[in-house]
Amino acid sequence: MAVGIKDAVKLIGVYIICCCAVLVCTMFLNYNLDLVGIKGLIDSPASAAMYDAQVMTSKVVILVTGGCLLATSVVTLIFYIKQFIDSHKKELGILKALGYSEARIAGNFWVFGLCVLLGTATGFALAYVIMPKFYEIQNSDNLLPVFTPSFHAELLVYFVILPTLALGAVAVVYAYVKLRCPVIGLLKGKEDIDAKRDFKVHKRIFKHGKRDIPFLKSLKSITLRSKKSLVFFICFASFCFSAMVQMSVSMKELASEMMETMMMVIGLVLAVTTLLLAIATVIKRNAGTVALMRANGYSQKECVNAVFGGYRPFAYAGFAVGTVYQYGLLKIMVAVVFKDIGGVPDYSFDWKTMLIVLSAFVVFYEAVMLICAEKIRRIPLKSIMCD
Amino acid sequence: MIVLRGVHKSYGGGESRTEVLKGIDLTIDDGSFAVILGASGSGKTTLLNVASGLEKPDGGSVFYGDTDIAAMADKDVTAFRRDNTAFIFQQYYLLPHLNVEKNVRMGADLAKNKDYLRIIEEVGLGDKIGKYPSELSGGEQQRVSVARALAKNPKYLFLDEPTGALDENTGRQLLDYICRLHADYGFTMIMVTHNLNIAETADTVIRMNSGRIADITENKCKKTAFEIGW
Repeated sequence: MAVGIKDAVKLIGVYIICCCAVLVCTMFLNYNLDLVGIKGLIDSPASAAMYDAQVMTSKVVILVTGGCLLATSVVTLIFYIKQFIDSHKKELGILKALGYSEARIAGNFWVFGLCVLLGTATGFALAYVIMPKFYEIQNSDNLLPVFTPSFHAELLVYFVILPTLALGAVAVVYAYVKLRCPVIGLLKGKEDIDAKRDFKVHKRIFKHGKRDIPFLKSLKSITLRSKKSLVFFICFASFCFSAMVQMSVSMKELASEMMETMMMVIGLVLAVTTLLLAIATVIKRNAGTVALMRANGYSQKECVNAVFGGYRPFAYAGFAVGTVYQYGLLKIMVAVVFKDIGGVPDYSFDWKTMLIVLSAFVVFYEAVMLICAEKIRRIPLKSIMCD
Repeated sequence: MIVLRGVHKSYGGGESRTEVLKGIDLTIDDGSFAVILGASGSGKTTLLNVASGLEKPDGGSVFYGDTDIAAMADKDVTAFRRDNTAFIFQQYYLLPHLNVEKNVRMGADLAKNKDYLRIIEEVGLGDKIGKYPSELSGGEQQRVSVARALAKNPKYLFLDEPTGALDENTGRQLLDYICRLHADYGFTMIMVTHNLNIAETADTVIRMNSGRIADITENKCKKTAFEIGW
């Protein structure tokens, strides 16, 4: 009725994040469970130290990566639903005006859970495909007894069924809460309601009588502050890029090549997906403003700077946080997890890697900005009439 | 002087291609007030968009003096609009998250016009300078868009049904105000409307029909906004 399966398909960002989260968590928890199963076969101090380190590593990975990606999945899902409701307010308002209850309309949002199901199921299946090779590499020193992956049905419940039900419920509840507003508010459409919220933000920013702020500076500030979720996504994208890529390069002594590759691929996929999702949303939400600015004669550079310029410091801040995070995590892993394992060198900050990854990030981010500038150039001036 | 020569404009492609402007030849004198009249779908808004540089024609020329903006690159047309034109739309198109002052500064900053507060006073919104579009009535919002346009100190003002969304009283007041500004500032003004009565306030009336100019007449005795029917 209000939401169809084709709407759920658009949640590619949620799909990718869920897939990555479940892939990592399934692999490491399955490994952890199988590892615990062979505890009785450990017969030497070296094997015991290795065993403890592997158990601890898998727990840390599950908690840090799984927790972080689960939180991101929820935020991304809510972000998508909010976007959906914002851009379909009139249709939803008509349904309410016709007499459909909020609960009945919100009930349709369960289809967003299908996207979660698809993502988690793909991640789960992929984990079992990779697992034999993963087990082999994890025990390449043969310090542990030889063991192969077993299927743990409870993981299917934890990582596929429960997340699907939980995130589907989140979608329905969030939609229900968002729809609990007067019909007229929905029928008036997105602009009026957003404006009400935005001008509250703007009043807070400029309440101290700073009248002499140029238009472009005001616009840049309000564009940024009124859409904080996008700031989060841009920070998260640069965080993933920084943390995962640096970690994959820096942990050569601590992990297998497969782990490094996997980490880098997941980091890059998450960074690219999240950044593109955020940027596409920024362009979509500001198409009317950009068209109006260009109609008045503002240059493409001024438009790009007003719309995207404010996000740049946050992107680089996300990179800095990612750098500190990966350093802290690896330092803790070496100091705590691998303390009893021989031959593991002390971990110190890898400046060379940081500078190379930073350069790559600058090229990546600025290339995305150039694509955005081109997209902004292509916004038809008629978009004024569509905003 | 704005001179259009053999202007063509189409939308869509293949079988759904619609020719909206079919060879327009038109001259509008500097400082004059021209009204473009026509039924819905006659091409009047497209003519305004092409004449103002908002859209590129498929063929023909749009001269401002010796400059053909139809032959310019997109970047140069944008710079041209920056220095020369301003717009007032039927639906105002104010930025909802910026207050009156900031919306007007959108135009004023382009012209480095520090006197924009006087313009806000002039349009009667001096006491609403910190208000947001959603806190204003339709007439007030349109006055903000008038102030935004004037703050650019334009040489050419383009208006697309500026009174279309207003009630009669507010519409008359706004039209009267725009006409007085036109007389005071001396810019060239081109307005699209479907209201036949508004044509009586203009110097030149251009009637459009199915993508062609059907008729151009000069108004011998102009009326004020309060003398015309509505």
